[in-house]
Amino acid sequence: MSKKITRRSLLKSGVAGSIAALLLRSKPSKAHQIKTYQNSMGVLVDLTRCVGCRSCEAACNAEQNMPVPAKPFTDQSVFDEGVHGHKRRTDENSLTVVNRYDVPGLDHPLFRKVQCNHCQEPACLTSCFVAAYTKTPEGAVIYNKDVCVGCRTCMIACPFYIPTFRYSSAFDPSIVKCIFCYDTRLKHGRPPACVEACPQEALTFGKRKDIIKIGRRRIEENKGQYEDHIYGEYEAGGTSWLYLSSVPFEKVGFDTSISHVPIIDHVKNFLGIVPMVLTIWPALFTGFHLLATRKERRAKDKSTNGQEVGK
Amino acid sequence: MKMFACQNENVPVTGSNKKDGTRWGLKERLLLGLTFAQYRQQFQRNPVNWMLLLIFIVGVPLLLQRYIFGIASITHGSNDYPWGLIIGFGLFGMVPLSASGFLLGTTVSLFGREDFHPIERLALLNGLLGYFFAVVYLEVDLGMPWRLPYPMVVSYGTGAVLFLVAWHVATYLSVQIAEVLPALFEWLDKPNWKYYIKRITLGLTVSGIILSTLHQGALGALFTYAPTKIHPLWISTEFQWIHFLCSAVFAGLSMVIVSSTLINKYMHWRCGKAFRENLDKMTLGMAKGASYAMFTYLVIKLVAIAHGRDWEYLLTGWGLYYLLEIGVGVVLPMMMFAKGARDGWVGLIRVAAFITVIGIIWNRLNTSLVCFNWQMYQEIPRWKEVWLTVTLYALYFITYRFIVYRLPIVYDWKES
Repeated sequence: MSKKITRRSLLKSGVAGSIAALLLRSKPSKAHQIKTYQNSMGVLVDLTRCVGCRSCEAACNAEQNMPVPAKPFTDQSVFDEGVHGHKRRTDENSLTVVNRYDVPGLDHPLFRKVQCNHCQEPACLTSCFVAAYTKTPEGAVIYNKDVCVGCRTCMIACPFYIPTFRYSSAFDPSIVKCIFCYDTRLKHGRPPACVEACPQEALTFGKRKDIIKIGRRRIEENKGQYEDHIYGEYEAGGTSWLYLSSVPFEKVGFDTSISHVPIIDHVKNFLGIVPMVLTIWPALFTGFHLLATRKERRAKDKSTNGQEVGK
Repeated sequence: MKMFACQNENVPVTGSNKKDGTRWGLKERLLLGLTFAQYRQQFQRNPVNWMLLLIFIVGVPLLLQRYIFGIASITHGSNDYPWGLIIGFGLFGMVPLSASGFLLGTTVSLFGREDFHPIERLALLNGLLGYFFAVVYLEVDLGMPWRLPYPMVVSYGTGAVLFLVAWHVATYLSVQIAEVLPALFEWLDKPNWKYYIKRITLGLTVSGIILSTLHQGALGALFTYAPTKIHPLWISTEFQWIHFLCSAVFAGLSMVIVSSTLINKYMHWRCGKAFRENLDKMTLGMAKGASYAMFTYLVIKLVAIAHGRDWEYLLTGWGLYYLLEIGVGVVLPMMMFAKGARDGWVGLIRVAAFITVIGIIWNRLNTSLVCFNWQMYQEIPRWKEVWLTVTLYALYFITYRFIVYRLPIVYDWKES
């Protein structure tokens, strides 16, 4: 570059760089503290009590005005269905599904209900670049379809494979996920439809901190019947839906490799460097430029000086 | 083109005026100085055009199908694999290959290496088009493509990595347009307009470095949202962003080598004197840079394995696949680059550059598709999705060629 760097132009680009840094900076990362919601509600799912009647699926379907499926909810044959050798999962028409697990050495099958776990620090929420997700004080993770762009990063980020996408629509697609019946029930202090429909009391609705105590007590009082762990108490930073099981959790389809810190903590390594790059790079590379072109500038200075002397 | 150049001494267009001093009209410039019949003739003679036509005959209806009947009519619409081939190739593959713009911009404008000047514009154009088409791919894959500007104007998720990617890619696209504009101004006979761009070149270049560092890294960081889903050998929550940034350096350089090789071979008539004469030397220089970057990359990859204590995985089938990717996609071309740069074997370097480009796309597809959900089933794209991806690439190819044919990218414009 032939342009001469003067103090003025250096200042100018420095100021421009700082302004750019201010405008473009992303949220600085902070040392992590898991958010706790004192009044967060939750549900304790006891796998030993579930009989796989699918009443919760039916209730959810009706409550959320989902299309009625081809097979009725009383049909147990769906437990043998599965795509690619995997159990059923949530999709655009079902916000919750129950799966059967035949655990070796156990004389009866176990059933596990899947729905959004309503994390305390939801990965879907923290990964969303248009802030379409909200964690309400009641504990529900809700979704605003009016700002969603359909990038599906939340589906990548959710460690529980919960959000689904309505791929079938070209003009009105959206993310579809369980919202804890927030609009119709939770907001008014009522339990979600699935909990109310459960005939086995496999689902216990209450404040998160209370149902953790209930879970603990059940583990204590029925020595040996339960695994000594409440799944969801710490997983991914803690979830509002919690599970008790009589067999190791990985045998009934839970991912036990999910760490106890929120997903966003894994991303912090990168987020931490952003402000540094934005502030250090401009000066550093302008400096490199000055160093790299030093000789040329000196040569140029000499030639202009020479001319002046010549005059 | 050679044929027409013999018939008409004015062809190809290299400046504002014909040999007799009259000005080229805009229509003549668009037709490369040929008559319409001649233009059609050269179009038909080229077998590549017939291949492109075939791609579009099938691909354009597929594109319409996607916009009328939804994404599920083209892809599996998988909830387990939210990002498929379109994004895996189009965004995660195209962006590192487009790092060329900031790399050569830095080399020439910031470090004052004027010896790379004849290839700078090609590198800038390669960068601009790569980014632009990454956005095109994105527009096909997004659920609500009409809401693309939402993160800029409607709703801000400031803490999200994708927010940073969106802002930086948008800003960087504008920077790159500004960097390529001088070529357009010359072609339009408005050389004075260049003055304003030239004044801010250093600013543009430095913003290019900042924005590239961050969003190349951010694309890697996007995968750190899924630490349990991707095979541990392909994800390192600490180093993912450096892996992506560092591999983008040799990816971008290799892509310019590939692109300049093809242009020099198949569009030799278009290349200017400076470009022709310096190409081999510049290729050697870029190969040297690429081999350094590859060596650095290998070291950081090793550090990531050591840091994550993933050694045992290397002995599994996934580990062999990983070693194959690193061996064929990085180690082999690195040695070819180093050997070629030392002994001046430009041919070897060009082959290595091809391998590197494939290797980078392979790596990005491994991260986003093959090794994603590694404990689940493997998603294999439908033929429609593959064809649509190829169609968009063909569109990219045509745009690229259209511009290089006309604007002074690899030749110097003779002003009147």
